[in-house]
Amino acid sequence: MLSAWCLVLGAWCECGEVENVMSELYELGIEGAAAGLAKGEFSSVELTQAVIDRVKAENPRIGAYLTFDEDGALAAAKAADEARSDASSHQAPGTKHQALLGVPIAVKDLINVKGQPCTCASKILKGYVSPYDATVIKNLKAAGAVCAGRVNMDEFAMGSSTENSALGRTVNPYDVTRVPGGSSGGSAAAVGGNMCIAALGTDTGGSIRQPASFCNCVGLKPSYGRVSRFGVTAFASSLDQVGPMTKSVTDAALLLQALAGYDEMDGTTPDEPVPDYAAALDGASLKGVKIGLPKEYFIDGLDPEVKRLTDAAVARCSAAGAELVEVSLPHTEYAMAVYYIVAPAEASANLARFDGVRYGHRSARSDDVFNLYARSRAEGFCPEVKRRIIMGTYVLSSGYYDAYYGRALKVRTLIRRDFEEAFAKVDALLTPVAPTPAFKIGEVQDPLTMYLNDLFTIPSSLAGNCAISVPVGFTADAHLPVGVQFIGDAYREDKLLRVAKAFEDAS
Amino acid sequence: MDKPAIDVAYVAELARLELTDEEKAVFQPQLENIVKYVEKISSVDISDVPPTMHGRAIVNALREDEVRPSLDRETALANAPARTGDEFMLPKIVEGAES
Repeated sequence: MLSAWCLVLGAWCECGEVENVMSELYELGIEGAAAGLAKGEFSSVELTQAVIDRVKAENPRIGAYLTFDEDGALAAAKAADEARSDASSHQAPGTKHQALLGVPIAVKDLINVKGQPCTCASKILKGYVSPYDATVIKNLKAAGAVCAGRVNMDEFAMGSSTENSALGRTVNPYDVTRVPGGSSGGSAAAVGGNMCIAALGTDTGGSIRQPASFCNCVGLKPSYGRVSRFGVTAFASSLDQVGPMTKSVTDAALLLQALAGYDEMDGTTPDEPVPDYAAALDGASLKGVKIGLPKEYFIDGLDPEVKRLTDAAVARCSAAGAELVEVSLPHTEYAMAVYYIVAPAEASANLARFDGVRYGHRSARSDDVFNLYARSRAEGFCPEVKRRIIMGTYVLSSGYYDAYYGRALKVRTLIRRDFEEAFAKVDALLTPVAPTPAFKIGEVQDPLTMYLNDLFTIPSSLAGNCAISVPVGFTADAHLPVGVQFIGDAYREDKLLRVAKAFEDAS
Repeated sequence: MDKPAIDVAYVAELARLELTDEEKAVFQPQLENIVKYVEKISSVDISDVPPTMHGRAIVNALREDEVRPSLDRETALANAPARTGDEFMLPKIVEGAES
């Protein structure tokens, strides 16, 4: 693998002009890469090799990727180049349908890609090889994307720092002493560190948005059901969504286009038309757009720099012509409690499949069936996953079900209604993404304190809305990136992306 | 509020999760804290409120009940930790069964 890599690198170096272009190829987003590929400025093989080059140079320091199939990447890139040259005679190049053709996309390690590992950053799935493609991967492959690198995460997507990975450490590309956020920390570090053109993350209670904020990326959590979950290892099935993590809002629109839509393999995807998201961005403006500021999100205890930057985001919207409206989401204070009942409950059921029988780790001490289950799971899961399985089992157990799980589902209804009422009045909500910028590795030890990272992202997840984290600026002293969250009405990603694009353009 | 009733060792057994004594000692106070935190929902008035089971309610997502190709046997067994012929292998399940 290494020799093949050196060979291609050597070929570039023979041509000084190409080398100059090459040195920046990995910095491109989807939009820039698609334009360059369409114009023939570079090939997908060259683009992909530039990303491989970058990953080799940076990954030892950042740890974004767990694995990268170089040969597979270059083969997919070559196929994309051939498809482009075949198609160029009868299709206009550079159309949105070709936006992903030949573009390397990093994949979070819980999304199945046939023939690749899918470990969920857990020892229990070490050595597992996916027998099939997730629907989102099928869609990306159909669009010609190069899906060869698998990025780190908190084990089974449980965590807010990627410190819960059992298989590797990922650091923040903006400050290697800090976490990249989580659970999609590898995706965020790969995008923020220019080690991919774009990435897939998943978000259950903030796992796309918070790491996007920490690593200066755009991170979109689609509305529940907008994107298929088939082939995506389940954490909390009523909340999980796959979404784009990208270098721009336009890129998020282009990637979502390939991901979104009905899937007969996922009964929670409605058969509703998918808008043209990139077209929705044309002429994006905040003039007259009503942006709600939920008073429950502007609380004491927000990091002062996050507060300053969130205020700056509000001012930017106002200067760009948006109408700011104070709104109330009165059940916000209960959202985290509801989430830490519902999500562990669903996780405890979903993770029952990891029992050492059909795949994954089997304990050598499994002398009977009970021990086979209990010891394989004990040896395979990290402490946070164990805590959540215990919590989930507890709230579902006889005698406690009504007081915890049953009651949480009803409070969830009240949280959803809060959002429905708010969206009767406004086009989007603006809130902080997380209470702090990226924190130091090892700084947060207490589980409940770690959970507070998701304070502002959990309510919209429970309600099923779409939400996006967009970079707003950097903290004054530490120069850490901070994002702002826009929350949109369910199934109005088109409208949400339009607001986010206008916000991005107004910077 | 009283100390939450969670017994970590007992619940872990229900979840088929073997814990070391050290893990039990660490998890017990952590989970008491978490349970205590989530008990704040007990003060919410939920009379006449229906539950939300899904992020978006869809009724009856059905398809024709027809046989379709699925993973072949070899592929399905490829990740098995232990197999015997065309089956997954397990330790003996029925202890001391007659006949």
